[in-house]
Amino acid sequence: MKVYADNAATTVVSKEVVNAMLPCFTKIYGNPSSVHTIGQEAAIELENARSTIGKWLNAEPREIFFTSGGTEADNWAIQNAAAIGAKKNKRHIISSRFEHHAVLHTLNKLEKQGFEIQLLEVYNDGLVRPEDLQSALREDTALVTIMYANNEIGTVQPISQLGKICRDHGVIFHTDAVQAVGHVPIDVKEEFIDLLSLSAHKFHGPKGVGALYCRKGLPLNVFIEGGAQERGKRGGTENIPSIVGMAVALEQISRNMERNSDKVFALHNTLIEALSAIPRSRLNGSREKRLPGIVNFCFEGIEGEAMLLMLDALGICASSGSACTSGSLDPSHVLLALGLPHEIAHGSLRMSFSEYNNKEEVDYIIEKLPPIIQRLRSMSPVWEKIERGE
Amino acid sequence: MAYSKIVMDHFENPRNVGKIMDADGIGEVGNAVCGDIMKIYLKIEDDTISDVKFNTFGCGAAIAASSMTTELIKGKTVDQALQLTNKAVMEALDGLPPVKHHCSVLAEEAVKAAIDDYYKKHNNKEVCGASTCATGK
Ligand SMILES: Cc1ncc(COP(=O)(O)O)c(C=O)c1O
Ligand code: FES
Repeated sequence: MKVYADNAATTVVSKEVVNAMLPCFTKIYGNPSSVHTIGQEAAIELENARSTIGKWLNAEPREIFFTSGGTEADNWAIQNAAAIGAKKNKRHIISSRFEHHAVLHTLNKLEKQGFEIQLLEVYNDGLVRPEDLQSALREDTALVTIMYANNEIGTVQPISQLGKICRDHGVIFHTDAVQAVGHVPIDVKEEFIDLLSLSAHKFHGPKGVGALYCRKGLPLNVFIEGGAQERGKRGGTENIPSIVGMAVALEQISRNMERNSDKVFALHNTLIEALSAIPRSRLNGSREKRLPGIVNFCFEGIEGEAMLLMLDALGICASSGSACTSGSLDPSHVLLALGLPHEIAHGSLRMSFSEYNNKEEVDYIIEKLPPIIQRLRSMSPVWEKIERGE
Repeated sequence: MAYSKIVMDHFENPRNVGKIMDADGIGEVGNAVCGDIMKIYLKIEDDTISDVKFNTFGCGAAIAASSMTTELIKGKTVDQALQLTNKAVMEALDGLPPVKHHCSVLAEEAVKAAIDDYYKKHNNKEVCGASTCATGK
């Protein structure tokens, strides 16, 4: 049996998406900037895609800017807000401790340029507290950037409350919604979002394409110098096949959101219940406030990579926040932000599901995982100590 | 990151896993905070490693390196075992990815720590049984 349980890393591209993309290579291959018919056909596809993306966020088409993915959208949004702030001498940025590196590394760079970065706690349930944001805000706060849902543990942040606080204080609010778009309903107006990043490959679209939503009225700086594409803000001939694929993917997943969510939540609850029975195991992040499908557990006494390799040998593809692999020997910054000790954070396993998974697959994991944990624990000196009660 | 066939074999079928209750030397290196601990148990008879077992908390490479190390030193004299380098462990495993080199270093250190422990215990024995310690060793 082959089980793909790594949908938070990326998802399979749906058949409908592939079918929508193919003609963009061979029939609608024009350059949208060209005046002739073939070019204009491509321009129509491009603008239709923009409308579709906007529609599912409750944004206007002109508020959507296509990018090469979530990382670029994060870089653009944050650097843009920082530049706007700097003009008014505002150099304080608020974020959280468990953001994606696309955000954290951009913030590190800004820190070197003289910005002051303040990272909010996420507590042991992986949730930012609106009251913490309230008290962190200052006169010189240029930007608040808090992810919509965490990619490692799946916790969903109280975005509308955070957005409201920012709007009331006139502070720009960005959210990295890469894991959330297509999986939970999002309304940029009701949730007071100024900037939002999304990426197609997390909802059965192609890789290397995403979008930045920028609220009308908020200035947006040029990110890539070049032609007049994306209203002159991001030069370069548009990636029409991928953009069209992204729009079809978002349309498809959003239309089926409720059904998908019910199905994936059922899988995820079955798994959480079964794994909770394993001694010295813990679910990471709030049990309630989470995305459908991301299940992250720590198993004491073992290391994540060994678990992954054994699962892979049985056809189960998952991931781990344990990054001894990085050479830094540090486990995931997300798990450390939850306050987990290093030695426990090393034993983490993330399994993430989509509507393409089924009950048989989850049952297979439930059957195969416990013996793997037992086997690794039986050869672990750390487990030996735990058992002796040291 | 891809592991060699030999690494995967030693990871999936690790040799000499376990403990030796009356071990002559035990070496534990690494720490759980960094994500790896290796513990090696030695049985030494006539200056030769007659049995060796390991317990490891760590990644696939750490487990494979432990397993390979036990094979490399089993039947060797204590002096030969002391010559074992992490490079030799890596070569025997047909290489490790660069970020995994420290896992083989750990294996080398675990052997040294176990032999160190053996020397300590061994000398103590000699000291305790002073009357029989005619050689003055
Ligand atoms: C929360 C989050 N932000 C940003 C990204 C980066 O997106 P992309 O891979 O499209 O650059 C990812 C996914 O890898 C993510 O999970
Ligand atoms: S145990 Fe640290 S990478 Fe192998």
